[in-house]
Formats: sequence, structure tokens, C-alpha cells
Amino acid sequence: MKTRHLLLLALLAASGLLTGCVNVQPWERGNLADPTMTAGNPLGNSMSEHMWFSREAASGGRGVGGGGCGCN
Amino acid sequence: MNTSSNKNNQAKLITIVAVQLLGAFLALAAPLKEGDPFPNLTQFGLEGVVPDIHGKVVIVDFFASWCHPCQESFPVMEELYKQYAGKGLVIIAVNVDKNKADMDDFLKTHPASFVILRDASNKLVSQVKIPTMPSSFLLDRDGKIHAFHRGFKGDETRKQYIGEIEALLK
Repeated sequence: MKTRHLLLLALLAASGLLTGCVNVQPWERGNLADPTMTAGNPLGNSMSEHMWFSREAASGGRGVGGGGCGCN
Repeated sequence: MNTSSNKNNQAKLITIVAVQLLGAFLALAAPLKEGDPFPNLTQFGLEGVVPDIHGKVVIVDFFASWCHPCQESFPVMEELYKQYAGKGLVIIAVNVDKNKADMDDFLKTHPASFVILRDASNKLVSQVKIPTMPSSFLLDRDGKIHAFHRGFKGDETRKQYIGEIEALLK
């Protein structure tokens, strides 16, 4: 009887974990896609970028557009 | 007495497990595929006027203001609409932004003469379960999914659309 109880409890815990596996859906990624969600310091990065590309006559190469919206 | 109480407890536990497993199954339910009928757009409380699409070839395109490829796809949708609307093509763009103001700003910079609807409650998009933004469905004259476009890949996607639309409009 104890084994059955343990089995049921284990199943209960497992099924609870299953329902806990929720992904952020593609259409819910507006906040994640915000430039401020970029890792590090977004404002500082953009200012550094500006300084670098002005001085080096180059641009790009840091990060990706969209900040993880999962587009395409 | 104890035995019946134990049985009751077990029955309760089994019910809880079953409900949770059902929830997990529903959460992982398969998305729509080609050949499936597309859901009736009038049943989701969409903001805007749902057009009559009976007997028409239809593109249902899901977009959001924060989605960069959507900004590229809109001019192409507009071009397709102008080219094929007279022959029976309807384009319906469904917005999934949380704030309507974001959609309005997007439409100011990316004007569209085709139909724009807003899925504010995300009921429709949750049912069709698109895998990425943007995603679009091309429906045949019977309202069935003829093709599905995941994302927007510039001229490649544009050419695919043209081929598929012309085949359906014949």
C-alpha cells in the first residue's frame, strides 16, 4: 500500500512538473524583443557603438536585431 | 472505514494526476497543418471588421510592431494585395500587440490598404499556435490551408507567394 501511495505521489509530482513547462509563445515576446532587454547595458552599448563606428568608420557586429523575439 | 478513506484519497489523487496530464497534453497540442480548415475568424472577438472570405483566396498574416521581419513583409503584402485583389485575393493581417497604440504607430510607418484585425485577447493566435513571428497562412477558396509561411525571408518568400497565389487564382 505504501508503494502505491509513493507511486501516486511521484506521478502527481511529475505531472505537476509537466504542466510547469510553459514556453513564452512567439506572439508573447514583445517585451523580450525590446532593445532594453539586450544583455549588458543597452544604452551604454549604443553609445559605445556610436563612438566606435564614428572613430573607426565601421558599424555593426554587436548583438542581433530584435533581442530574442524569435523572429524567423 | 480506513480502507474506504484510503480509496477516496487515492481516487482524488488519480483525478488530480489525470487533470494535470490533460492540461499538459492540451498545452502541447499540435498546430494547424496544410489541408486543415482554418478557424472561422468571426469566432474570436477580433477587433476590426472581418471581411467575407467565402470563395476567396486568403492570406492570414500574423504580425506585431516589435517584430522586425514584419516590417519587411508589410510592403510585400501591400504589393501582392494591389496586384491580386482584383482577381480574388483577400489579405487579412492580424495584429498581436498588447497595446493598440503600438499597432497604430506601426501602421503609420507601414501603411496597408488590406484588412487589419487585432487579436487583443490572443485567442486566435493561441488556437493556431504559430511557431514564429511573422507567420502566415495561405487559404484556398474552400477555406483550407494551402500553404504555411514561417517567418519572412525577403524575395524568396515573395516569389513563393506569387507562385502559390497564381496557382490558386487560376
